[in-house]
Amino acid sequence: MSDFEYANAPESPAIANIASNYGLFIGGKFVQPKKGKSFNTINPATEEVLSKIGYADKSDIDAAVKSARSAYLKVWSKMPAKERGKYLYRIARIMQERAREFAVVETLDNGKPIRESRDTDVPLAAAHFFYHAGWADKLEFAGFGSKPKSLGVVGQVIPWNFPLLMLAWKIAPALAAGNTVVLKPAETTPLTALLFAEVCQQAGLPEGVVNIVTGDGVTGAALVNHPDINKIAFTGSTEVGKSIARAISGSKKTATLELGGKAANIVFDDAAIDEAVEGIVNGIFFNQGHVCCAGSRLILQENVAEEVLDKLKKRMSLIRVGDPMDKNTDLGAINSKEQLNKINEISNAGDKEGANRWSPELKLPSKGFWFPPTIFTGVTQSHRIAREEIFGPVLSVLTFRTPAEAIEKANNTMYGLSAGIWSDKGSKVLWAAKQLKAGVIWSNTFNKFDPASPFGGYKESGWGREGGRHGLSGYLTAEAKVNK
Amino acid sequence: MSRIDVNKTYKLFIGGAFPRSESGRVYEIKGADKKFIANPALASRKDLRDAVVAAKTAQPGWANATAFNRGQILYRMAEMLEGKSEQFINEIISLEGVTKKAAQLQVSQAIDCLVWYSGWCDKLASISGSQNQVSGPFYNFTTPESLGVVAVFAEAKPSLLATVRALAPVLAGGNSAILIASENFPLPAISLGEVIATSDLPGGVVNILTGKASELIPWVGSHMEIDGIDLTGVSKKQEEELRLAGVDNLKRIFRFSNTDHPERILSFMEQKTIWHPIGI
Repeated sequence: MSDFEYANAPESPAIANIASNYGLFIGGKFVQPKKGKSFNTINPATEEVLSKIGYADKSDIDAAVKSARSAYLKVWSKMPAKERGKYLYRIARIMQERAREFAVVETLDNGKPIRESRDTDVPLAAAHFFYHAGWADKLEFAGFGSKPKSLGVVGQVIPWNFPLLMLAWKIAPALAAGNTVVLKPAETTPLTALLFAEVCQQAGLPEGVVNIVTGDGVTGAALVNHPDINKIAFTGSTEVGKSIARAISGSKKTATLELGGKAANIVFDDAAIDEAVEGIVNGIFFNQGHVCCAGSRLILQENVAEEVLDKLKKRMSLIRVGDPMDKNTDLGAINSKEQLNKINEISNAGDKEGANRWSPELKLPSKGFWFPPTIFTGVTQSHRIAREEIFGPVLSVLTFRTPAEAIEKANNTMYGLSAGIWSDKGSKVLWAAKQLKAGVIWSNTFNKFDPASPFGGYKESGWGREGGRHGLSGYLTAEAKVNK
Repeated sequence: MSRIDVNKTYKLFIGGAFPRSESGRVYEIKGADKKFIANPALASRKDLRDAVVAAKTAQPGWANATAFNRGQILYRMAEMLEGKSEQFINEIISLEGVTKKAAQLQVSQAIDCLVWYSGWCDKLASISGSQNQVSGPFYNFTTPESLGVVAVFAEAKPSLLATVRALAPVLAGGNSAILIASENFPLPAISLGEVIATSDLPGGVVNILTGKASELIPWVGSHMEIDGIDLTGVSKKQEEELRLAGVDNLKRIFRFSNTDHPERILSFMEQKTIWHPIGI
């Protein structure tokens, strides 16, 4: 197999057309931050600076919230829902038109393989707008009462792992439900959000309906704590999610939180093993494992463990790691130095605690941030690599003898975002799906996403759902609840 | 000489039994006429922890009962309450000082409320679940599941109705409950334990504590095995305290308006989405 090499198939960075610097998108215009501060965003695969980005502080956040409030009161909440929906359709269409550009910018800024940004992130992001556009004038039929109302101004903070897709998950339902937004993209991946701001301009979206403020955690905290925000929507770590929940506990703000995970991927002995191996690889190595719902704990039935691991190692040896802009690349760059350090730190703890590390032999690029696809065997439930979210291409392997033991191990976590089941027996799949304490269960598949499919976690993986009919409720007033 | 009444000792209800507080503490309840009525238990942190153990143990069995079965048991609670109406009417009159007519109305509303929620048990997936039309060859559906252990702070008055209105939806969704009775109007809540004990509800699915909410709130808020809180009956300040402490395990915490609504059930349920490929 090693003789069967792929020729390079590089995508062109030229289509990205990235400006040398970007301001904040407030009131429909790009404006300079009041204090004039900025920061660089880099390509994690090369460490080259891509652009200089405006840094929003408290006063900029205030301007953005004022703009969103004004747009909410004067325009967006008064507009017929049908027209609101048409703006969302326009946005979806422009995103589709500019899909190649979005994909290239995403890959340059994030480090993910162009194949994934092209085939997953961008089309799904556009689909989210198209799907929610259709809800805008049908909310009274969504099952949340005959007169569901919007909440007002929503503050949204999103992560760096799926920058554009997470923006779509946040902005599309918020706007469809009649809210206006102030969104803060992640510090290391602001570019597609700023490109999206251009799309809003092209779509003629009324000024202030969408505001994009760039910055770091301090910027995000200023947004969360702004007194004129009605609701916070956050995707990110459980630690930050909890700090947000604490920050708003004494206010009238509500929140939806999509937080961490440590998903079990259970392989029963009657599974189609070759398919399961593909699913395991997709579950943990998709997007460099920078996925909150990644199948990071492989739980194998003991009598097939050896066979699965042999096949998995063989398959992992075929994973192509390297230039994210090459269309053949499977595993791209780790998003930042900081994240690479974190992956190294927890993986090293795996070594120290006695688990056995294995990676295929491969040469990593000299520049940029890289981590090879890695599995740990001999993992016990108390190991840090079995408990903590690594958010990298690192798989912990555990084994079980009985189905009950599999469920016990799978549920032995504070998280409850997702889980995987591999078995060819329908009744067993449904039994396991019922026992697993997780919001998304992939049976005989993994890491599938769709705007029509609700996503979100049990336990400490968060509050609420995103996507589908269920996701809308997070942006509408409740009938029987008193909002603090 | 007229007959001397045999008064009831008002105790806790934990794991299907009626224990006193392990702390040995009680407090005095007087009627609307300022006369002594009872010395209910002043529940301690340890009583709360015992109640959570009982609730956590009982919950999977209750959640895994068929929805039809859960509905029948809630209906049975209504039947039992109907049979004990006189007792509750008398308790409400002596505690709240309302007219007999008002007390009768409250009890009948509480009974009807149980019947209403009984009927919801096997319809929740129909109104809140869905089959989702994803873009690909997958069968994809979403269905509600119980949350786990829910602590319930009902409004003080109307004492019986507010308690039933808060408790019934928690049970309908397959959760177990820790009911913290109103400090000043606890008797109907305690007596509700007798209804529950004779309704085939498995022991531990409902646990009833009496005492000072202010004493129990820090422990309810921070207990890692309580998954949700209905805090409709607490003050704004106590609400803040519960919400802040509840962040440690991201408890689902809600305050409800004075109404019966399926949202009260669904607030304490999780939505699970299951994918499976379609193909041969």
